[in-house]
Amino acid sequence: MLATVLAVLVLAAAAPAIDRALGRCGPWLLAAVPAGIGGWYLAQLPTIASGAVMAERVPWVPSLGVDLAVLLDGLSLLFALLILGIGALVVAYAGAYMEGRSDRGRFLAFLLAFMGSMLGLVLADDVVVLFVFWELTSVTSYLLIGFDHADPRARRNALQALLVTGGGGLAMLAGFVLAAAAGGTTAVSVLTDGRDVLRASPAYPAMLALFALGAFTKSAQVPFHFWLPNAMVAPTPVSAYLHSATMVKAGLYLLARFTPALGGTEAWFWTLAAVGTATMLTGAARAVRQTDLKLVLAHTTTMALGALTLMLGLGHRYALQAFAVFLVVHAFYKGGLFMLAGAVDHETGTRDVHRLGGLARAMPITTTAAVLAGLGMIGMPPMFGFIGKESVYEAALTAHAAPALWLVAAVAANALTVVAAGMVAWGPFFGPAPRGEDAPHGHEPPLGLWLGPLVLGVLGLAFGVFHEQLAQPLLHPKVAAIAAEPLPLTLHLWGGLTPPLFASMVTLVLGIAGFRGRARLAAFGGALARVHRIHCERGYDATLAGLVRLAAWQTRTIQSGGLRDYLAVVFAAFAAAVLGTLWAAGGVRLPAGMPDVRFQEWAVAGCIAGGALATVRVRPRLAPVATVGIVGYGVGLAFAIFGAPDLAYTQFMAETLAVVILMLVLTRLPTAPRLERSPAVRRRDAAIAVACGAAVTLALWSVTAAPLDPRLTAWFAAESYLAGHGRNIVNVILVDFRGLDTMGEITVVALGGLVAVLLLGGPRRRSAGPIASVILATVTRVVFAAILLFSVWVMLRGHNEPGGGFIGGLLAASAFALYAFAAGARAARRVLRVDPIVVAGAGVATAVLSALPAVAAGRPFMTGLWWFPDLGVEAKVALGTPLLFDAGVYLAVAGTMLAVTFSLLEE
Amino acid sequence: MDTVYAAVAGTVTACAVYLLLDRNLVRVLLGVILLSAAVNLGIFVAGRLSRGLLPLIPPGLERLGAADVANPLSQALVLTAIVISFGLTAVLLALVLRTARDLGTLDADDLRVSEPRREEVQA
Repeated sequence: MLATVLAVLVLAAAAPAIDRALGRCGPWLLAAVPAGIGGWYLAQLPTIASGAVMAERVPWVPSLGVDLAVLLDGLSLLFALLILGIGALVVAYAGAYMEGRSDRGRFLAFLLAFMGSMLGLVLADDVVVLFVFWELTSVTSYLLIGFDHADPRARRNALQALLVTGGGGLAMLAGFVLAAAAGGTTAVSVLTDGRDVLRASPAYPAMLALFALGAFTKSAQVPFHFWLPNAMVAPTPVSAYLHSATMVKAGLYLLARFTPALGGTEAWFWTLAAVGTATMLTGAARAVRQTDLKLVLAHTTTMALGALTLMLGLGHRYALQAFAVFLVVHAFYKGGLFMLAGAVDHETGTRDVHRLGGLARAMPITTTAAVLAGLGMIGMPPMFGFIGKESVYEAALTAHAAPALWLVAAVAANALTVVAAGMVAWGPFFGPAPRGEDAPHGHEPPLGLWLGPLVLGVLGLAFGVFHEQLAQPLLHPKVAAIAAEPLPLTLHLWGGLTPPLFASMVTLVLGIAGFRGRARLAAFGGALARVHRIHCERGYDATLAGLVRLAAWQTRTIQSGGLRDYLAVVFAAFAAAVLGTLWAAGGVRLPAGMPDVRFQEWAVAGCIAGGALATVRVRPRLAPVATVGIVGYGVGLAFAIFGAPDLAYTQFMAETLAVVILMLVLTRLPTAPRLERSPAVRRRDAAIAVACGAAVTLALWSVTAAPLDPRLTAWFAAESYLAGHGRNIVNVILVDFRGLDTMGEITVVALGGLVAVLLLGGPRRRSAGPIASVILATVTRVVFAAILLFSVWVMLRGHNEPGGGFIGGLLAASAFALYAFAAGARAARRVLRVDPIVVAGAGVATAVLSALPAVAAGRPFMTGLWWFPDLGVEAKVALGTPLLFDAGVYLAVAGTMLAVTFSLLEE
Repeated sequence: MDTVYAAVAGTVTACAVYLLLDRNLVRVLLGVILLSAAVNLGIFVAGRLSRGLLPLIPPGLERLGAADVANPLSQALVLTAIVISFGLTAVLLALVLRTARDLGTLDADDLRVSEPRREEVQA
């Protein structure tokens, strides 16, 4: 069965190519495939009729228990036959209808894609699979309604149908989630096995509402009925197939499928019966007011969908039987009439009921099909439609509550349907032919256009006459599937002088009277229907407009385009996230007692905090350089007094370079006018700043109040020398244990340098004059080489004592920077000989290179390899790839710092 | 002492954020520098401050216990962070210089080339 769905979908993909290659024969071939598959399903009828079901199951999302599961029972079999049978006729019809259009292949592809989706929908035995196919039918319906996409009305109405049915689909998905949670499975067949699991669930009202929303939107029930007439902008084959025979029945299918699980309650009864009745009457009243053949049919479709919903709502055995019969009846006559409307339009160029008449002579076959369909629609014996109508009346009369109400409503709606049937199936063919120059003339359409309606009309007749032989075996399994128990079916053309027969006669008399006075009826029906149309569709329009306004407001608010607003949001979110997490984790743990702080620790802390506060306060141009310098050196001092010599050196070196560069840049910037924030903004910013500061402080207090897990420290202290051959644990971590991190970091640093250099316009040979100071020039010449040499020594000793590549690199950079200040950047570049950014690149390359020998030796990337050459001295000398790595760090850092410094100097 | 330095890190953060929200791009730059310092100090404090301990194994010994060394991991993290902060500062400096040169302004509110004001779009 999965293969049949797949086959139709593959056929859809191949349709344009087939259509192009085979020309006129293409659509017939494309129609033959679904016809053949339909034949296969028909062959399964005896199996299904015996009460068996056929199932297939392919694991899809095993972790969620979702399977690609399909199941064939009486209900899905009937739908599958309708989908494939009418589908085959419509594809053939579409071939003739779209003859000569270059986009016919695409049209057939969409039509077949819909067929595959709809087939998957009715076979699905898993709510997730059902949902996916459900939405696929919405999407393909969208593509088909909007097929003439150059027409703005087509685009608008296609979108409307998609939004209404797609939105309903989401509600249905929510209902599925509730049902799956309550029932403990996503398998439809288990959920609907007739137990009371869902009905007994406390979520039952919500489930019912969500399922109903999905079904009512899809099946165009009041108040969502407005999309269906609008969907008539689609090419007529689409109206015949999707919007009368199949897709709009998907909502009914859903309700029928879940009747054993959700049905039978008072809420179910009144919801479905009331909505169905309202829809039935609205559709019928609006139908007689139309002048366009397709719109008359569209509104009677709404009427029929309402009647079917009513039947499911009533829910007793006669109602379910009426549902089954009327569904087939409707598919036969309505599919046929739509195709006939298209054929008439195709041949005469108009669908206006006032301009059509007297076509019977010119179009005898078409007329025959129309008469058969029309009789089915009216419900004349011996058509199957008569049995359908009688069943509906029978069901209304036997309802357990308010039978008179349903009967009167059904008779009224059916009488109006008789009028509509007269308008579409009698008037154009037997009515008075219009006179005048531009009066439309008809002639018999090609085979493709009349074959479908004729077949459906004959089926309607045959099912009526031979109901025992044809309808009984087909419908019995279906009713059994909905009711979840075998029910005897009572179909008859003549059941004696019963109340339903009387109701039928009343319907006919009223209908014929109405047809004669249809002008007055149209005015009355129109007045009644206008209320509905205006309110329901306005609601849709207002919702859509509201969404657009909301989006515009949200974009304006969130995306202001102001840099500072974005930053404010970022920091406010940071503070909220940290403080919120702390609060949620059980509040802040405050440090206990008075902290034990020594004098020099207070002094350094005061330096840092005071420097930061001063930076905010001071305004002159260069003063902030001094204050941030105080903060930086203060942090360096803190590193020094709390046992972090490497950090202290690095911080001092980096801070020195930073202060110098900052000074250089600030003197070169134009003096900006004082840029003030408004007091309100200042207060907002201050609040955010204080919140961020508080967040950091409180988070750190909470962290330090808990004991430190000593495991990592213990491991590093134990392994540093033995495994890493170094006494400086920090350095061993950087170049060995976490070497890969360091490699990433020096790459980032080098790239940052490259970005800065490129931003400043690339390396230029324009000299920034040296600082004219004899003392500086003289001293520099002396100490330049010494600092450079010292930097190499610091780098080398770093593995065992404070030092290493980072500090060495910064030292080397400051040596060159000093030289540049004394002799000019150009002179410094000359001494360096190569471009500093090349040095940085070489550093990164060296670091990567140092990681490769391990790979060559068959060890993991970056494993440190060591040699202990015997130099004849007592001290142990260790040479290893981590040392080469550290040299790479040295070069990368030195090169980057120099590249930036030189570029800024040359600015 | 952890308590005091945690508060110091918080204070520097607050000052940094206040500067970052300023209209003057130079003060924004100062904010980035301060924020780097605050974060580095914060990580250092989170790794615990220790008096009289070093992350070094003295000559003659092959290994130490966890109680005998300063926390080396937070130090390694901060060490690279210092150098990266410097790189970040350099990039921002270059950006500010370019902005002043090309746009002729140091006002953060005037940086609207990619997201112009509504009235500018309509004009």
